[in-house]
Amino acid sequence: MSGVATTETDLTSELQLADLLRRVEVLEEADGKRIEKKNKLTIIAWGGDLDRIWPTTILATTAAASGMESSVFFTFWGLFAIVKPDVRITGSNWMQKMMSMMNPGSAQKAKLSRYQFAGAGPAMFKKLANDHQVAKPEELIQTAQDLGVRLIPCQMTMDLLGLKREDLLDGLEEPIGAATAIAEMRDAAVSLFI
Amino acid sequence: MDTITATVDAKGQSCPGPLVSLAKALKGAKTGDLFELLATDPGSKSDVPSWAELSGNELLESAESDGVYRYVVRKR
Repeated sequence: MSGVATTETDLTSELQLADLLRRVEVLEEADGKRIEKKNKLTIIAWGGDLDRIWPTTILATTAAASGMESSVFFTFWGLFAIVKPDVRITGSNWMQKMMSMMNPGSAQKAKLSRYQFAGAGPAMFKKLANDHQVAKPEELIQTAQDLGVRLIPCQMTMDLLGLKREDLLDGLEEPIGAATAIAEMRDAAVSLFI
Repeated sequence: MDTITATVDAKGQSCPGPLVSLAKALKGAKTGDLFELLATDPGSKSDVPSWAELSGNELLESAESDGVYRYVVRKR
């Protein structure tokens, strides 16, 4: 009788061990897929409006000033905010040229998403900013570069909108694609779409 | 009492001006150096402690008198 009992106990402990090993395996696999977040801010700058590019540049510089890694990925209308101020019409076909006429390049020429009032809105905004000593987006872009914020243009939208590397500000990172942008966001503790 | 290495006068500047000025001043400094930040931005009351926590620097003093906020920060 006792012999049978011992076999049953062995079987039970063997089953428990097998179950435990399986569970460890599952946990190890899950751990392998776990993402280590960095002390980093990544912003997808989609909007080129003054009232979008402004918070984008404020947050990116503040993160860098706080010792965080900081990067901004410029795509769609956001790209027009990093066009050199002296570049006028961009693009090689009429559609791209029309697009650039409707979206004058550089942060200096960015429009407000509301209260544009044919340019009076941004002028008032900048007057208020001057009075309150708030740095303007174009100044913040410069500060961002000084503080080591990585400013990255999107290759696909550059091609789509007909923007060439030389149309954009100096000191930007090499243009990247969506997968690299996702990789940037994936390991950032904070990622925003503005 | 340790001596202040430098004073960052950010009076009049709005967010994120004071923090950017402070960060720039700290850039080339040595660990343990003390910095005095003067600001008039009321937002700095919450922003300077947040900045200290984020950046790992030490906020030693914060006080206000006549609308001027004074902070002492030790570089870590």
